[in-house]
Amino acid sequence: MTQSFSVVGKPLPRVDSMDQTMGKTQYVDDMTLPDMLVGRHLLSIHAHARILRIDTSRAESLPGVRGVITGSDLPITYGILPISQDEHALAVDRVRYVGEPVAAVAAVDAATAEEALGLIDVEYEPLDEVVTLEQAFADDRPILHGDGLGQNVHRSAALEFGDVEEGFARADYIREDVFFFGGNTHAALETHAALASYSQTGKLTLWSSTQVPHYVHRTLEKVLELPAGRIRVVAPAIGGGFGGKTDPFSHELTAAKLSMVTGKPVKINLSREEVFYAHRGRHPVLMWIKTGFENDGTITSMRFKTFLDGGAYGSYGVASLYYTGALQPTTYRIPNYRFEGVRVFTNKPPCGPKRGHGTPQPRFGLECQLDKAADHLGIDPATIRRRNAVEPFSTTVNHLRITSCALVECIDKVVEESGFAGKHRQLPSGRGVGLAVGAYMSGAGLPIYFNDMPQSEVQVKVDRGGGVTVFSMATDIGQGSTTMLATVIAESLGLEPADMIMVTADTDLTPVDLGSYSSRVTFMAGNAAVVAGRKIRSRVVQAVADELETEPGSIVAEHGRVGVAGDPDRSVSWADGVRLAIAATGPLVESGGYTAPKLAGSFRGAGVGISPAYSYSACVVEVDCDAATGIVKVERVWLAHDIGRALNPLLTEGQVEGGVYMGLGEALYEEHAFRGSLHRGPSLLDYKIPTALDMPPVETFLIESDDPEGPFGAKEVGQGPLLPVIPAVANAIHDALGVRIDEVPITPPKIVAALREVSRGRPGRVGPVTIPDYEFTRLTRVEVPEGFVTP
Amino acid sequence: MADHILAIDVNGDRHRVLVTDQRTLLEVLREDLGLTGTKHGCDVGECGACTVLVDDKPVLSCLVIARQVDGSSVQTVEGLAHDGKPDLLQEAFAELGAAQCGYCTPGMLISARSLLDDNPDPTTEEVQAGLAGNLCRCTGYIKIFDAVRLAAARDRGL
Amino acid sequence: MTIRLPAFDYLTPETLEDAAQLLADPERSVVVVGGGTDVVPKMKRRQITPEVLVSLSRIESLHGIRIDESGACTIGASTTLAEIHDSTVVPEVFAAAAGDVASPQIRNSATVGGNLCLDTRCNYIDMSDSWRQASGYCLKDGGDTCWVAPRSNKCWAISSSDLATVAVALGGSVRLTSVRGERLIPIEALYNNDGMSYLTCAADEILVELVLPRGNGRATYRKLRRRGSIDFPLLGVAISARFDDAGMCVFARIVLGGIASAPLRAIEAEEFIVGRQLTDEVLEEAARLATQPARPQDNTDTGSRYRKWMVSVFVERALGDVAGDRA
Repeated sequence: MTQSFSVVGKPLPRVDSMDQTMGKTQYVDDMTLPDMLVGRHLLSIHAHARILRIDTSRAESLPGVRGVITGSDLPITYGILPISQDEHALAVDRVRYVGEPVAAVAAVDAATAEEALGLIDVEYEPLDEVVTLEQAFADDRPILHGDGLGQNVHRSAALEFGDVEEGFARADYIREDVFFFGGNTHAALETHAALASYSQTGKLTLWSSTQVPHYVHRTLEKVLELPAGRIRVVAPAIGGGFGGKTDPFSHELTAAKLSMVTGKPVKINLSREEVFYAHRGRHPVLMWIKTGFENDGTITSMRFKTFLDGGAYGSYGVASLYYTGALQPTTYRIPNYRFEGVRVFTNKPPCGPKRGHGTPQPRFGLECQLDKAADHLGIDPATIRRRNAVEPFSTTVNHLRITSCALVECIDKVVEESGFAGKHRQLPSGRGVGLAVGAYMSGAGLPIYFNDMPQSEVQVKVDRGGGVTVFSMATDIGQGSTTMLATVIAESLGLEPADMIMVTADTDLTPVDLGSYSSRVTFMAGNAAVVAGRKIRSRVVQAVADELETEPGSIVAEHGRVGVAGDPDRSVSWADGVRLAIAATGPLVESGGYTAPKLAGSFRGAGVGISPAYSYSACVVEVDCDAATGIVKVERVWLAHDIGRALNPLLTEGQVEGGVYMGLGEALYEEHAFRGSLHRGPSLLDYKIPTALDMPPVETFLIESDDPEGPFGAKEVGQGPLLPVIPAVANAIHDALGVRIDEVPITPPKIVAALREVSRGRPGRVGPVTIPDYEFTRLTRVEVPEGFVTP
Repeated sequence: MADHILAIDVNGDRHRVLVTDQRTLLEVLREDLGLTGTKHGCDVGECGACTVLVDDKPVLSCLVIARQVDGSSVQTVEGLAHDGKPDLLQEAFAELGAAQCGYCTPGMLISARSLLDDNPDPTTEEVQAGLAGNLCRCTGYIKIFDAVRLAAARDRGL
Repeated sequence: MTIRLPAFDYLTPETLEDAAQLLADPERSVVVVGGGTDVVPKMKRRQITPEVLVSLSRIESLHGIRIDESGACTIGASTTLAEIHDSTVVPEVFAAAAGDVASPQIRNSATVGGNLCLDTRCNYIDMSDSWRQASGYCLKDGGDTCWVAPRSNKCWAISSSDLATVAVALGGSVRLTSVRGERLIPIEALYNNDGMSYLTCAADEILVELVLPRGNGRATYRKLRRRGSIDFPLLGVAISARFDDAGMCVFARIVLGGIASAPLRAIEAEEFIVGRQLTDEVLEEAARLATQPARPQDNTDTGSRYRKWMVSVFVERALGDVAGDRA
């Protein structure tokens, strides 16, 4: 049966779009409060040093300076993960990367604040730096977190599902490959900003460009030692996130502390350079993959090793580490699978979650290796992927529950639309096509800190005039979550999304939603909204049914009226219906919550990768390469995405296009590059995000698999579409030029270097060849889950 | 380092603003005049978020010393509407989802307005070239190109 | 907004004479500013902190483009790159190169004078003060080491002006003015292959105009950069050449930009092609010869090895552009 919807599935604009285009949308740095001070951070100029002394007296005596704080003013550690509470708002005793905040000032204006920074005297004792993986594994380097010398391993993991040796034993063909995925960063256009105001009544309000007001709230509570009830965190309009605003950050804490110290509002806006240091971007990952295949391309076994350069702090690193191993089996039926991974600390800005969190790197390696294997086995790239594709409603070897899954349909769609079969290996030299797939979670199955409360709550209040106010902490970072919520509620009530009054991302006013990360909002907040909307609807329907003396089952709410289906004479306006309901049963306020089903296995690391549903994507990229210069022009991208259901095709298409864009940037341009421990170019000139002239046409195909648990069948779209783009580019370049660049980004020098190797009769490849000799943690063997079907 | 009185016309309104020599046009707009529609993403001319029209030409207001434009007329996103009615570009951007986070949008709209004033019927390639100084991190530019061309078509009465 | 300008006096003389007088002030550090697109970011990053900025924007005589009886094209220093790009009288190759500089907004502000005097660039110096402290101040920054080539006593910052490269290829001249008078010098003589003192003119001289002779040959400019916009050239190759009726090259200038601290003439390659037909073999050999003087360093994007490789590719292609239909 085809469901019919009134607003779901319509390509409506964002509910706030006219404010955006009229220049009325307020971001944090657009806000001012009376008597507001300007805050700035003093940054470390050492990658690794002991702080011997900080003297702020000269800065404090500068006219116009109202407050100066250092690490000792905020001694309590924090971190996004309960197991990685390793950060200080301002460095205490030791700095661990260039750009780490060391002191903060608040002054009457920006010029005074800047002058004050120059008057803070810091005496450092430089320490040996840990910059590379090799140095992190060495025994003679200082330990970043702790004292003395030794290895700088943050976390190591080793899991085996099934029996990989048995799997390799029955393989016809086994190959091993090494890949490297360079680090990159979010580069949202809005630089992070926080405005703190501590009132005389002892209440703190923080407006911050954050994706996670709830976690910022908890961090402020911990570090400032204020009761949570006295802290309000608000995320107004956010100028892009992509995971870069998903940690609690120093400036949020220092702005708050400075406001408490000075008694005045304090705003801190990070400079573009400071954003590059705040980072939390894509981890550089070195990978080794060993996969066994039968002659027809069926995978028999896979081993995956990942080495993550985490930078100076934990951030989401433990999760990032497990994510580099978790989602490979969500696209392919891998009957035996071993994942070993390690994350190290180095004296560089901390890495964290960026769109795709820990999964684009292994996805790149996996999809490139599959193409290499297909090449060897004489199978075409689409066939080897179809042959191994996971089935809907199945379980992976690593205990992930798959529900709706249109992977094969996605592959078929892009292969057909792009004319892949007629192009692969058939285009003239320099031109090529590449195919890859990916999958992503519709929300992490578990919250970041252990609790049994709902992961998302939505409240709906209806006033006597029929006005509907929706309250949710879900944070719109540009992805359109506010419009999504408005759409879901409007659909339930037979109204228009634009009529909904949206109150979001405010810890005082809105019930908890954990935040905009892990592509969780549509699925989780959307489902909570479905529940709240249905409750409101059923109360209004019941009241109208009573009024019309009929059964509620015969009543529909649509187009702003509530009444007997197909009988306009026996209906009332929405507002009249609301008044009937309030009269009958009291205040019309309802709430809904969403808690993900318990999906985690019992092994250590089982919490990472589980999700109530997975989105699937397939991508074909066509390139035109200049062999002499190595310059790659992407001609066109075809991307099919299994979204479950597109609640709003306009916005979901926009997410696909944005994901393709970011993927192309990572594949060809962007690198968070360092010379030793020093960032090579913390600016938007040096860090190459693609311009309008670098963007190819994108053909988007939304495949609707109607997920049984998604809100109206919907799944995520914010992150998944990025995943296949990067390996599809690499595979297309191979098709075009016959060279393999097993290293991201694929820059012109690497392509030319590979072609020069070919001209000397050597293999045309650029990429790593070895991995460190590191002994992983003791292997945990996990039973194959019940119901797992070996292909 | 004296203060100077800057006389500028912003969105049709005449303003006299007391500025120091080192004040930039961006600072005048956002901080002295409260016109926060104009954004900033880098402060050094690398992103295009602060684009405004000075004497009908798009420039980066973060690089403009305010006194340099003394006597000029400036147009910002707040001044794109005509008698309270949104510009066709503003409508088309909203309608087609050309703004996601919305942060690059004001600068993008200003560049687009200038482009259409010079070329009422641009090809996609011409739109790309016209917007090549405005970085967007959300949209992949595609819906922006579509919106500019839609506004152009409507402007031509199509 | 976080990054602000340091304090300075902003002076807006209305005549060239007044401007020259202001620059001659021995008491204060003075910097000339055109559109500000180079000077303002450098000041925001505290690479330079002059006490006085002398703006040329109010000097009417510095605006505009004119063609004299000889057909030479004179471009006033304050003419913007956008105006040059849109001009129908400026040599086509120069107008096109102007349209390839930076971004549309920057081209509306940036002036030809500013672009020709563009400070040399290096990714050890075009950074914030805090970054430079972390790295250690380099030679160009008051330190005693060039981090690009620590054993060198010279600064390797890169000439990154597209228009300088083209103007040298076209045999342009620049008029300079100071309180001591005026002089017209070949633009090639304006540049010094030294990242610190990259201009040969005195600090108080103002570049008033660029004179491009009437072209009677063919010219081309090819620019290497990562993105379609915004980026400075990683390499720019400008060539002007004349051919006789038989297709023999009778004159050639091959200029490399973005590869040294000044636009670099590939003299050996020029001499090689003069007197020859530009066959494929000749192009290839000329490209090889042009590569020899190029010593790119690892102080911009893509590294030195690749940019050296690209010299021959770009020279060969640029020669192909000017050779046109050849035997």
